[in-house]
Amino acid sequence: MTVVRISDDAAAIACGANPVVAAFVAAGCTVERVSSWGMHWLEPLAEINGMGFGPLTPDDVAAVLAGTSDKAIGAVAEHPFIARQQRFTFARAGRTRPLSLDDYAATGGWAGLKRARELGGEATIAEVTQSGLRGRGGAGFPAGIKWTTVAKAAGPVKYIVCNADEGDSATFADRMVMEGDPFMLIEGMAIAGHAVGAGKGYIYVRSEYPHAIAKLNAAIALAVPHIAPFEVEVRVGAGAYVCGEETSLLNSLEGKRGEVRAKPPLPALEGLFGKPTVVNNVLTLAAVPWILANGGQAYADVGFGRSRGTMPIQLAGNIKHGGLFEVGFGITLGELVNEIGGGTASGRPVRAVQVGGPLGAYHPPADFHLPFDYEAFAAADGLIGHAGLTVFDETADMSAQARFAMSFCAAESCGKCTPCRIGSTRGVELIDRIRARTGRAADKVEALPQMHNARKAPRTLAEDVTLLEDLCETMKFGSLCALGGFTPYPVLSALRHWPEDFGMGAPEQEAAE
Amino acid sequence: MTDQDELDGILAGHAGREGALLPILHDVQAAFGHVSEGAIRHIAQALNLTRAEVHGVVSFYHDFREEPEARPVLKLCRAESCQARGVEALVAALPDNPRVAVETVYCLGLCSVGPAAMVGHEVHGRLDAARLGALVESLA
Repeated sequence: MTVVRISDDAAAIACGANPVVAAFVAAGCTVERVSSWGMHWLEPLAEINGMGFGPLTPDDVAAVLAGTSDKAIGAVAEHPFIARQQRFTFARAGRTRPLSLDDYAATGGWAGLKRARELGGEATIAEVTQSGLRGRGGAGFPAGIKWTTVAKAAGPVKYIVCNADEGDSATFADRMVMEGDPFMLIEGMAIAGHAVGAGKGYIYVRSEYPHAIAKLNAAIALAVPHIAPFEVEVRVGAGAYVCGEETSLLNSLEGKRGEVRAKPPLPALEGLFGKPTVVNNVLTLAAVPWILANGGQAYADVGFGRSRGTMPIQLAGNIKHGGLFEVGFGITLGELVNEIGGGTASGRPVRAVQVGGPLGAYHPPADFHLPFDYEAFAAADGLIGHAGLTVFDETADMSAQARFAMSFCAAESCGKCTPCRIGSTRGVELIDRIRARTGRAADKVEALPQMHNARKAPRTLAEDVTLLEDLCETMKFGSLCALGGFTPYPVLSALRHWPEDFGMGAPEQEAAE
Repeated sequence: MTDQDELDGILAGHAGREGALLPILHDVQAAFGHVSEGAIRHIAQALNLTRAEVHGVVSFYHDFREEPEARPVLKLCRAESCQARGVEALVAALPDNPRVAVETVYCLGLCSVGPAAMVGHEVHGRLDAARLGALVESLA
């Protein structure tokens, strides 16, 4: 009997995988639901004896089985998109059934936890420190240092919190881990718990990910004998983007409004319910089993500069070959967009690439030489964040994207600090005025004779742009967390590289290429 | 079983759980379609919180409603990646259908196969004007 492997990842299902599965079953095949290879432009992708076919519709099934399908892509594992990757975290992607303990154990599962138990807590943290693993949520803080702080904190009750509130547009790697390889994340949390002396772990998942929530709950129930006495529980968010910020997430877990906390105290010392807490992103914790199983040095041997190991990069937006591409740090932005991503899906030239989600900068093609590395992007007034890339073609209106960044911040601000809460709303109004080229005349109050210091002359476009830059400075340095603090990145980068979209003069030489 | 009994059942199911308010509100929303003023009062009493505290939490999160939504809800992603794939043109061309509530959501994690939408727990990708229109029609 023919065995057909088709993903049950949400991206595959959204593209119509389930009707394709039904068609294969009706044709007498056995269908195994596996994780996704990450080649999303080929979903639904069917794999038969290692050979791939996609993207399929139910109508293609007869031709696939007859061997006459024009959607054959050859051996899946040798596809150039897969062959060019270095898959550590996504080593099992496409190869195993997400909820099969047998598949997990047969592909090296639990080896990291076993080694951590043999090594003991201190040596486990030493391995993570040696690996150079940095927080994959965006901040890039060294995981080993965070774990050391929690391990040394006093107190019998400590927590491991997995930040799975993956709200950035262009990111889906966390979702793919949770849906495709949930045991790996659970193992990573158990290793962290063992290392720092925590008995309980929470996974805070956004409510927009029902498939991931279901998979995690099923996987946790199956994994209990492997991770005991460590316990893991899933908690579901409620549609607040700001809860991806770690202190806001902790408040939400405690059952409060997801408002940001001032730091210090650090969550590592006073985190969930005031107890020492490790808060790590899904990808950080998911990298840990590999590091423990293969040694910290093996992980550190890959990478670029101070960014060690691999990064699961997500190619999204208007891109021909969208999906998940895990590779060592150091690959250039241009290679990712043009060579691996194949340029835009629309076939038009690339105008802008937003790197790092809604709070990341827009980069013009002139930045395509930048190596994927925390420091290199910071030096170019950008950030890699959670490593999501959104590609825009030449039809994009960059002042509209800048406006969206401000309006998104206004919609999602927790309201605790003024620069973010008020600044974002003023930013939307200001960009609207710049886009309408109306300038701003003195209002009724400002025009009153007793308002001696109020300006009477209308503000020009150039003055409005200066004001916008000034507002961005205030938000950047005055906000409590990255939501208000990083919203200026997309706004200022759009303004700097595409001033013509704001009614200003031609772009600077560096942006013109 | 009355609504009161059902609410008591939900509260009892979460008794002793740390930080239980969000899981409780999710259950209440799932059971009744919204979190009513009366439910807020009852939850506050059971958790020894003030009504203001519970109301503050309910109103903070986009997922919780204080008024029921009778119509079927389609959540359409309008974040950057779906914008880059043309969602705004779909929104502009979407015929008004008073029997379906089309809500905006920021990111469903389907950024490589957008524009994307979700109905209940059912996900839809690669939407074009025709497919989105048909999806809305199917809910009406």
